[in-house]
Amino acid sequence: MRPSVRPLLAATAVVTALTTLSACAEKGSAKGGEGTVRVEAKDTACEVSAKEFAAGKVSLEVENKGSKVTEVYVLFPDDRIVTERENIGPGTKATITAEIKPGDYAIACKPGMTGDGIRQQVKVTGKGAAAKRSPEQDAAVAAYRSYVLAQAEETLPRARAFAAAVKSGNLAAAQQAYAPSRIGWERTEPVAESFGDIDPKVDVRADGLEKGQTWTGWHRLEKALWQDKKIGPEEKKLADTLVADLTVWQKKVGFAEITPTSMANGAKELLDEVASGKVTGEEERYSHTDLVDFKANLEGAEKSYQLLKPVAAKNDPALAKNLDARFAALNALLDTYRADKNSYVFTSYDKVAPDRRKELSDGVNALAEPLSKLAAAVVK
Amino acid sequence: MPDEHTTSGADTSGAGRPGVTGDTGDTGTVRDTGDIGDADARADGPGRTAPSRRALLGWGGAGLALGAAAAGGTAVALRGDVAGTAGAGTAVPFHGPHQAGIATPVQDRLHFAAFDVTTKDRAELVALLKEWTAAARLMTAGRPVGEGGFGGLPEAPPDDTGEALGLAASRLTLTVGFGPGLFAKDRFGLAGRRPDALVDLEPFPGDNLDRARSGGDLCVQACADDPQVAVHAIRQLARIGFGRTAVRWSQLGFGKTSSTTPEAQTPRNMMGFKDGTRNIAGTDTAALGRHVWAAARDGSPWMAGGSYLVARRIRMNIETWDRTSLQEQEDIFGRDKGEGAPVGRSNEHDEPFLPAMKPDAHVRLAHPDSNGGARLLRRGYSFTDGTDGLGRLDAGLFFLAYQRDPRTGFIPVQRRLARQDGLNEYIQHVGSAVFAVPPGVRDASDWWGRTLFS
Repeated sequence: MRPSVRPLLAATAVVTALTTLSACAEKGSAKGGEGTVRVEAKDTACEVSAKEFAAGKVSLEVENKGSKVTEVYVLFPDDRIVTERENIGPGTKATITAEIKPGDYAIACKPGMTGDGIRQQVKVTGKGAAAKRSPEQDAAVAAYRSYVLAQAEETLPRARAFAAAVKSGNLAAAQQAYAPSRIGWERTEPVAESFGDIDPKVDVRADGLEKGQTWTGWHRLEKALWQDKKIGPEEKKLADTLVADLTVWQKKVGFAEITPTSMANGAKELLDEVASGKVTGEEERYSHTDLVDFKANLEGAEKSYQLLKPVAAKNDPALAKNLDARFAALNALLDTYRADKNSYVFTSYDKVAPDRRKELSDGVNALAEPLSKLAAAVVK
Repeated sequence: MPDEHTTSGADTSGAGRPGVTGDTGDTGTVRDTGDIGDADARADGPGRTAPSRRALLGWGGAGLALGAAAAGGTAVALRGDVAGTAGAGTAVPFHGPHQAGIATPVQDRLHFAAFDVTTKDRAELVALLKEWTAAARLMTAGRPVGEGGFGGLPEAPPDDTGEALGLAASRLTLTVGFGPGLFAKDRFGLAGRRPDALVDLEPFPGDNLDRARSGGDLCVQACADDPQVAVHAIRQLARIGFGRTAVRWSQLGFGKTSSTTPEAQTPRNMMGFKDGTRNIAGTDTAALGRHVWAAARDGSPWMAGGSYLVARRIRMNIETWDRTSLQEQEDIFGRDKGEGAPVGRSNEHDEPFLPAMKPDAHVRLAHPDSNGGARLLRRGYSFTDGTDGLGRLDAGLFFLAYQRDPRTGFIPVQRRLARQDGLNEYIQHVGSAVFAVPPGVRDASDWWGRTLFS
């Protein structure tokens, strides 16, 4: 994490989203009437009683007529969650209420609680609709959100494996499982950091602690594993805490307010992370696995860029050409630090000499400078 | 090669300053108000209004200025970055047959940067030099680069980083040079164009060169009367260069150690001695033509009007020097400390009588008469990069010398000094670089290096 908290995706936005849905999922008691939309969730269909309704307090009366447990979501055009309800069993009913602003939305049923769901486009009418983005931009954000979600979902089992190794007291196994458990987080750090309360719990370094704050998370365990070389009851407890905190993170991704601009800036910020934490060897000061984080940061930045590239290349072809070349060059440079291009086993950073660190730093600067111009190219 | 000249910290005063005494402990009375007038004059430079009081923010001058202020008197504090040269806020013309920053009256501050070229593409290098030229043209006129420092797209970082907004042009000069690496075989197709005069400097006895502070494919010398203006300039060029160049090393300097304006008071170096008494004057066109500017007939026509720059970071063993008796200090330099007069003479500018000096006296060994008439245009600065891990001041002279040919200029002089100079006990050369400095940018359509790449 960065020492200074400067969330790209304002944490306040998340809070707003959470309040908007007011979490008023009251079971049963479908009253019907004004502002009520009936949703029939089946295994192969998601039927809604109205495709256009007025803004304000809206109740979704959900009935699961299928054979699988389902979920129902109301989604913004970029797949950000307005409100949702999980675990609606076959044959049961649920009412979800939320304050919904004018605009275009999708209602999605997810039989089996997986995948993108079966969707119905709906229109919420009224004054004060939010400015629309282009379909390309919404598609880019939706694709990025699903990437972030996938990273979170991939991270959880790895974090559990890491926790299991810690709890077994096996130092070598825990050390081995440490860096891989961080990859998904590092790839999507700007989004993860936007949930202000999670980052300080899972990714804070000793020097980033505030007065009175208890040190928890990856780096606390990193110190135990590499510097103290000791796993005690405290560490075993912290391993469970880490998994719990990461589970909260995974749940929040859907609510993150992501925009094309914040994606572009997030890409740049991932490079900032590399420049200020990894190239200096500060991030992984005990394990020296900085190059694993470096690679993950770079991959996350490249993902954002690739998703925005159709828009950026149209507005600023020279920039896109430059970025393609710089990403390729930095990836190639990083590849010289691993024997197998498909593995995430990199040279320990304490074995990287100062002049080679400078070479890495120069490579980061070469990419980060044009990358800082991506946001402007996306909104042009 | 701290020669027979010197520096006076940030505080290059106007004429008539009474020696070195009374500097810090004294109150404002030492400084004449004429200098303060100069400081205010900065604000009248063209194009910008300079908040002249921000002088206090500079580094090199800050300690001195603040110390003086504490001693009583804001007037004194102002002296912190006064140029001692009239019109310190004005702009130096960027276009001309020679690059500015060589014969130009020496400014107070330096930020020197050496770059590695990271691109392998000649076209990218040429594009960079054109972009650098355009940025330098704006900055030396006191203007921000690109679209400026604010008011653009809110989603994009501003083109200019902004720290020089509102500051005067401050006589900023930007001088570019090409290092030997640029001419390497199979690099940019320039192997056949390397001037014979651009030699790799030989190792001299006593050298203790740090590779990380030596060499470079390109260099930019930024000189200005305001340190922030000089630093801003290098920062913009480094930023424009990312992906094509990477900063290899850079050096900040203060307190010019050599003057190219003989009528002004000779500055002092960190050893407390006047430095540069017999430097080539920027107005002495005959001497410049003979000793500084390269000519077409010298073998590389593209260098006509250019020059060769030798840069040496010379660390001084400040603490041991300070424990050396006055007599020994004066013997080592061959001048007296107060006036700067050569041994046996009474005035600074009196012709030195070399046989009267000790055989290992610095002035004697560096004098043109001891070196077949070799003369250099020196433009060095003092530096203090804090303290080293042993509590010693990491200070010295950042030596910059321009010449027509290092083989007849710096090299023979340094051979002699490295072997015999009494100063060697107190100094060590720790960084070294040599550059071919191309001719000036002639007009708005010209660019740095055109004669080399065309």
